Amino acid sequence: MATATTSYDALNLPPALIDAATPAADWVVVWPVALALTGAGLLVMLRNYRHMQLAFAVAVITAILLSNLYLLARVIESGPLAMTMGRWLPPFGITFAADMTSAIFSLAASIAALVVAFYAQTELTDREHKFGFYPMLLLLLCGVSGSFLTGDIFNLYVWFEVMLIASFGMLILGGRKLQLDGAIKYGFLNFLATTLFLITVAYLYGLTGTLNFADLVDKGADIPTGPLITVSLLFLLAFGVKAAAFPGNAWLPASYHTPAVSVSAIFGGLLTKVGAYAVIRVLTMALPEGGAQLQPVIVLIAIGSLILGPLGAMAQTNLRRAIGFLVIGGIGAIFAGFALASHHGIGGAIFYAFHSMLAITAFYLLAGLIERSTGTTDTRKMGGLYAANAPLSILFLIMIFLISGLPPFLGLWPKILLVEGGVRAENWWLVAAILINSFLTLIAASRLWAHIFWRNGVEGERSEQAPVGLQKLDRTENWFGFLPTMILMAIILVFGLFPNWLFEASGIAARDMLLPDRYVDAVFAHAEDRQ
Amino acid sequence: MEVALAGLIGLFVAAAVYLLLSKAIIRMLLGVAILGNAVNLLIFTVGRLTPEIPPIVAAGEYLPIEGSANPLPQALILTAIVIGFALLSFLLVLGYRAYQELDADNTDNMRLAEPEDAPRPPLSY
Repeated sequence: MATATTSYDALNLPPALIDAATPAADWVVVWPVALALTGAGLLVMLRNYRHMQLAFAVAVITAILLSNLYLLARVIESGPLAMTMGRWLPPFGITFAADMTSAIFSLAASIAALVVAFYAQTELTDREHKFGFYPMLLLLLCGVSGSFLTGDIFNLYVWFEVMLIASFGMLILGGRKLQLDGAIKYGFLNFLATTLFLITVAYLYGLTGTLNFADLVDKGADIPTGPLITVSLLFLLAFGVKAAAFPGNAWLPASYHTPAVSVSAIFGGLLTKVGAYAVIRVLTMALPEGGAQLQPVIVLIAIGSLILGPLGAMAQTNLRRAIGFLVIGGIGAIFAGFALASHHGIGGAIFYAFHSMLAITAFYLLAGLIERSTGTTDTRKMGGLYAANAPLSILFLIMIFLISGLPPFLGLWPKILLVEGGVRAENWWLVAAILINSFLTLIAASRLWAHIFWRNGVEGERSEQAPVGLQKLDRTENWFGFLPTMILMAIILVFGLFPNWLFEASGIAARDMLLPDRYVDAVFAHAEDRQ
Repeated sequence: MEVALAGLIGLFVAAAVYLLLSKAIIRMLLGVAILGNAVNLLIFTVGRLTPEIPPIVAAGEYLPIEGSANPLPQALILTAIVIGFALLSFLLVLGYRAYQELDADNTDNMRLAEPEDAPRPPLSY
């Protein structure tokens, strides 16, 4: 038996601690999360100082944005980056690890949050400021960034819950009846999905004895086929509901149109993409065999979402509900790439998710400006807005091309990757569904444009008079609503005109997903004698 | 021991699913509470049950004694309990507020966000 003087080496055990401290520059992996969490806490303390809320929140989100840019630069320069808490060697400590996918998703999330922070000024009351819109926005961003950056599956569950709690708060902020109704459906279904996720994590731990993604890459390969399919199917179900993929999509169109526009925008932009990210991270990287076994199911989910999304959008009279259905169509495109599980497929899915995070946020914000100008949420009662606000109509037109994937906008490029991947895999049903989705999305969105901007006045009224009830945006709405939305659209346009770096980035991201040796090496960088 | 607990978890999950399929919010809340406990028991069980030896490293030793209990599931459960409690509290308040505001405990009557008699979309263009 060892005595108190025995050294580690005499025990012939691998060391459990990293001797060297993590270099300060590597801490950037946790900065987005740490900054958001600290910022949220401080903002709660400042809840009685309304005038400081926006400035403080914007400062924090800008800092997060800058650290995400630095993280992206580091990942481009030297590959995946990892840090393990408490200097424990992985898999004992909780790991944070960022590869290209994490870095670009986290970047898109912070851009969307920054724009939404400004937009919220147009609609928040004093009461809603005091009840903590900005702290909850930061907590949501914290949960989203944490989900993207964590390298541990139980930790992923914790970030999901952080996100969920923050989203509950944002959803019912204001407490109108409509919101409570939406929140009940959102609350129960999302709670069930995360609980299902936790159940699956428990099974996975029982099977492999580890929760670390990089460790799972090794140990997941030893799971027998039967239990592997069980675990993978449960993961697919849990993340599918979180991502609002068909048939688990019921909660999204029931709730996303009920809260304030800025809340809709940040939800539509970020939350569903976290589910999509998780499903790719777990079933493509950690348990690739499980993903491959379930491929026919995933193809069905993708085709269902691709077709059902825009069809649902066509049947709506509520503008934001229609956009909610278009979100589901976009999730279908991500699942299509995920189903292909090839270089082009995963690259396209990641690229599409990046595009969708920015585009959907902008889409909801545009919808909010339209609702402001017309004073209604019903597309039948809008009409003739072109005369009152021509720039808005141009932005909306660009948005139509953007989300249906017409050139030369950002939406086109990931769809090219997806279609190429589908053709190479000779998965013609999937290719057809992606193309039909683009076509149907174009129809659904152009109908919105025609009804809102083109038609002269309320439906069913024949009149040569200019429509009444349309308002010009006031000063706050122009500066905090229209301008940030326009800047976001400009960013998306620039990305769309110069997509080369995004092609490269999604290529690297797909490579690291499909062949995670660099990711595993980064996580286990200090464990030289690992068998 | 694991088999007995697995059976118990199965019962819990069955009861939770039965309650969650109900239309009454209050029953669904009870289902959520039971489901949370089922999950905690499940995590506990998948960590394998070795109750006799506590996972404490004796003075002068570097490793806990062979066959001692697995401490990790306990840490996981503790996290899950805290989170589950927070979510359940929120859902309880939400259910109560919805009952007050919408005057409905039956999900069939909660159609505000998705009206049943929704107008048909315009047929033009």
